[in-house]
Amino acid sequence: MRFSEKWLREWVSPKLTTDELVAQITMAGLEVDSVDQVAGAFNGVVVAEIISAEPHPDASKLQVCKVDAGEAEPLQIVCGAANARPGIKVPCAKIGAVLPGDFKIKRAKLRGVESFGMLCAEQELGMAEASDGLMELPSDAPVGADIRAYLVLDDAAIEVDLTPNRGDCLGIAGLAREVGVLNGMDVTQCAQADVRQTISDTFPVTVEAKSQCPRYVGRVVRGVDLSRPTPIWMVERLRRSGIRSIDPVVDVTNYVLLELGQPMHAFDLNTLQGGICVRLAAEGEQLTLLDGQEIKLSPDTLLIADQSGPLAMAGVMGGEHSGVSGETRDLFLESAFFDPIAIAGKARSYGLHTDSSHRFERGVDFELQHHAMERATALLLEIVGGNAGPVIEVLSAENLPHLPSIQLRRDRIKRILGCDIAEIEVENILGRLGMDMVKTEQGWHIVPPSYRYDIRLEVDLIEELGRIHGYNNLPTTLPILEGLSPKREEALLPVSRIKQVLVDREYQEVITYSFVDKKYIELLTPDQPSVALANPISADMSEMRTTLWAGLLKTATYNLNRQQERLRLFETGLNFIKEGDELQQVDHLGGLIFGGAAQESWFGKVRPVDFYDIKGDVEALLSLTGGASEYTFEPGEHKALHPGQTAEVKRNGKTVGYVGALHPSVQKSLDISQKVYLFELVLPEIRRRSLPEFKELSKYPEVRRDFAVIVDEKISAAAILKNVRETAGSLLTNLVLFDVYQGANLEAGKKSIAFGITLQDSARTLQDDDINPIVDRVVVSLKETFNVTLRE
Amino acid sequence: MDNLQTLLEHALAAVAQADSVAGLDQVRVQYLGKKGEITGQLKTLGKLEPEARKAAGAEINSVKEQVQDAIKTRQALLEQQALQQQLTSEAIDVTLAGRSGVVGGLHPVSRTLERIESFFSTMGFQVVEGPEIEDDFHNFEALNIPGHHPARAMHDTFYFDATTLLRTHTSPVQVRTMESSAAPYRIICPGRVYRCDSDLTHTPMFHQVEGLLVDTDITFADLKGILAEFLRDFFEKDLDVRFRPSYFPFTEPSAEMDIQCVMCDGHGCRVCSHTGWLEILGCGMVHPKVFEHVNVDSEKYTGFAFGMGVERLTMLRYGVNDLRLFFENDLKFLRQFQ
Repeated sequence: MRFSEKWLREWVSPKLTTDELVAQITMAGLEVDSVDQVAGAFNGVVVAEIISAEPHPDASKLQVCKVDAGEAEPLQIVCGAANARPGIKVPCAKIGAVLPGDFKIKRAKLRGVESFGMLCAEQELGMAEASDGLMELPSDAPVGADIRAYLVLDDAAIEVDLTPNRGDCLGIAGLAREVGVLNGMDVTQCAQADVRQTISDTFPVTVEAKSQCPRYVGRVVRGVDLSRPTPIWMVERLRRSGIRSIDPVVDVTNYVLLELGQPMHAFDLNTLQGGICVRLAAEGEQLTLLDGQEIKLSPDTLLIADQSGPLAMAGVMGGEHSGVSGETRDLFLESAFFDPIAIAGKARSYGLHTDSSHRFERGVDFELQHHAMERATALLLEIVGGNAGPVIEVLSAENLPHLPSIQLRRDRIKRILGCDIAEIEVENILGRLGMDMVKTEQGWHIVPPSYRYDIRLEVDLIEELGRIHGYNNLPTTLPILEGLSPKREEALLPVSRIKQVLVDREYQEVITYSFVDKKYIELLTPDQPSVALANPISADMSEMRTTLWAGLLKTATYNLNRQQERLRLFETGLNFIKEGDELQQVDHLGGLIFGGAAQESWFGKVRPVDFYDIKGDVEALLSLTGGASEYTFEPGEHKALHPGQTAEVKRNGKTVGYVGALHPSVQKSLDISQKVYLFELVLPEIRRRSLPEFKELSKYPEVRRDFAVIVDEKISAAAILKNVRETAGSLLTNLVLFDVYQGANLEAGKKSIAFGITLQDSARTLQDDDINPIVDRVVVSLKETFNVTLRE
Repeated sequence: MDNLQTLLEHALAAVAQADSVAGLDQVRVQYLGKKGEITGQLKTLGKLEPEARKAAGAEINSVKEQVQDAIKTRQALLEQQALQQQLTSEAIDVTLAGRSGVVGGLHPVSRTLERIESFFSTMGFQVVEGPEIEDDFHNFEALNIPGHHPARAMHDTFYFDATTLLRTHTSPVQVRTMESSAAPYRIICPGRVYRCDSDLTHTPMFHQVEGLLVDTDITFADLKGILAEFLRDFFEKDLDVRFRPSYFPFTEPSAEMDIQCVMCDGHGCRVCSHTGWLEILGCGMVHPKVFEHVNVDSEKYTGFAFGMGVERLTMLRYGVNDLRLFFENDLKFLRQFQ
């Protein structure tokens, strides 16, 4: 809400500077967004009348004007504005005037003609961003008067960003009430007697939708003259509130809206047929709004209609057909109370937002309608004349909001705010806020005023006390918190520890959007049903990710396009996977590497990363929670990965992730130049670990025996080691594979694998008689299972 | 015995001339070895009269000792020189880089999250996480934001269908915690949240940490105390703070908390729009309707909740001037936070 400070000060004017006032209301919860002077800094500008305007002898676009600026002799002023013409009154900057931007007005010669001042447009006075021609003042403007004083320009337009609970402050009256409470001052109400009824004309009103429209107040006004202008003071107040002047009738309804917070509407009486009916829209009805928009109405929309059909969307916007125009002679004025719930969300559902809907959905004072009607009629008659009929009202009292009776307990104030507030202060604050109070044994019974929809519970009252007393005047304490120390489980590895392993291995963490371009999903997990946003920001952020690789690959591309040559990235976060009707949101850890295995350095040429680099990183991660004794890497399949370089990671037989090279065709479609390696693990599956269990250390020496076997190249190293581990028996303490060889000296299709076993007994030193049978067992088993031959 | 004196002079000269440990050893063998020249002199003693033998023996031994001492001294010197030579020849350029002396880094948002979590953990708060695709009930209804509420317009929500959405805050985690366990509560809920908004100062995804402290005796004064303590810890400065009345459907009383601008120490600058204050977080006492939705007795328990934007705190802490950098993931940006 934007308002004029001077207007507010007519209602209540504490002894505060503008800055102090702004700080005060901000600290009371009415946050001020901006304060703007309503005009630029200037002086020496007066009201002047153009007496004559003759074409300039040497310039087609200039006129030579004779201007009465209240001095003995008329001034000659050369002016370029198209609307300069005899008879109008305009602001005139006289010689010696200073305009905004420190622009001094001096005697000048324009194309040979002398000019003694300057006629001004609004823009030149800092009253508008842009303007089209001179500012035309009312015909009764007093010639010679200082324009600052005449237009009351020493004023600020204050923009206050109101929270949705404070609909009561969406008017000068409400703001004044608040300022009055904060300063302990009484507020001047605009004194106003009811308008004298001079005709008896009425127009029939029926309300079908009683619960949505508990009160409808209407009045006929005949014989208005819309050719009369809106007075300059009203135009100025509207302008300072951010509203443009349209015509006197619309201006008056807007003025009342700004002053009292009551949205009103004026119909051209002679376009109405039969009578007004307030009802819900019927299926298929349409309405053309004031702004020309054609709207298909949904059946839950509240309408003002007549016999011919919809006239206006109640509380939101009027219709084009029944609106006031230059020819309008007779009016039907509406001042209604619509239930907030009937209006809430309606405007938004049609993509509309109006000053009216903004107020109705936050709650308009339901006792305000008569008062607003009288105020609007009085202003109208003053401006456009005419005769007012009687005020009619259709009321459904049982549907008006119910004012609660709230118990406010003294001890509860302390329990919430942390301190007592003196009784006298409580009563003073609540009294000025317009609450009805009855003292009880424990505290008070309170009934809030009809404009405070946000006061329904005891805590609402306590908030008011804290707010007016001042949050910063309440005590500040540190609670003594007992028990409840956070649960910590040693067997559950913190995610931060897992991240640390990657960081120490040169990985950089990234955070990417959880919604991605569908193309990534189709490329990476084509068989995985995903979920799409109904209202995405853009197509490339429309689908919830099914794999972290989507964001990692996008980040890789982004950085490769920015001359990065080596990448090691990881991310943690949820993947969103549909399984039947169920949506799984599971925490994952994903990584990507690209480029050299080490940073470029003086040590020599760096080899490019390969599968075993990323696998080593994954093994390091997994060593935190069990390592090789629990995790296995098996040849696997994944649509995004190279079929010959994909390992499925399993923990005790259950799949927990994948490691591999990005499939060359995916790599190609993403336009990445070199091989990319990826891993992804299900985070909750790799965080559990068993606690260490102490085993007695053996005093006896270890014995090592090495083997080299030749085997078919298709046999995996893991299969051989598994076989050895099983046949070596309980004395095996370590098994290490130390060489793999293929090439010269070996038959095609064969490879040589060398490994060492370490044996140890906890009770004695092992002798050849103990060792040889184990060695024989291992060799025999490998021969039988894999048809290996020992290498000499 | 001139002969012996000459021998001594020759031996000492040879020692002095030896320029390596090996050369010196040859000199030793030449004079003192089994067949050495001085050793040979000793062998001649047998031919002398006993009287003369004693004197001559003493003289030869004296020469032997002189030569031995000279060799010892010379050897120490040569060894020292050899070592010096080795050390010189082994000198390297220690300014060259070592092998793989680099580490990666956490994302700045993670860094801030870890600091926030660490503060609240020491205050006894448990870190709780929850789903990001939420239902309307947990994100709105249970937080006292019914369908028609104007506050819904404050949350530009991403929807999947009429009742499924991306959470707009991490408050649903608080609701889920209160649904599934009994009071008291002392939790913080960090995580990603989503709003359908994208411009210079908004990204459609960002991070929040919300907190909840509910017990039998918690007041607004405690809220002020804990949050002021947190911000002083976070910025490592004795900051002025202030609380302004505000509105959230799920708290009453509600407040916005401002801190003295950390960029200009409250003197006024571009970052604080020349007010000297920065809006830093929203907070308030848990609304009785929220307690009602999760069956907590609001007569017995009171508590406060708060929520803060992690990116904003990170920007203020490290002087980052563009929110969108956080999700572009340019390595040149991220590496500044190693």
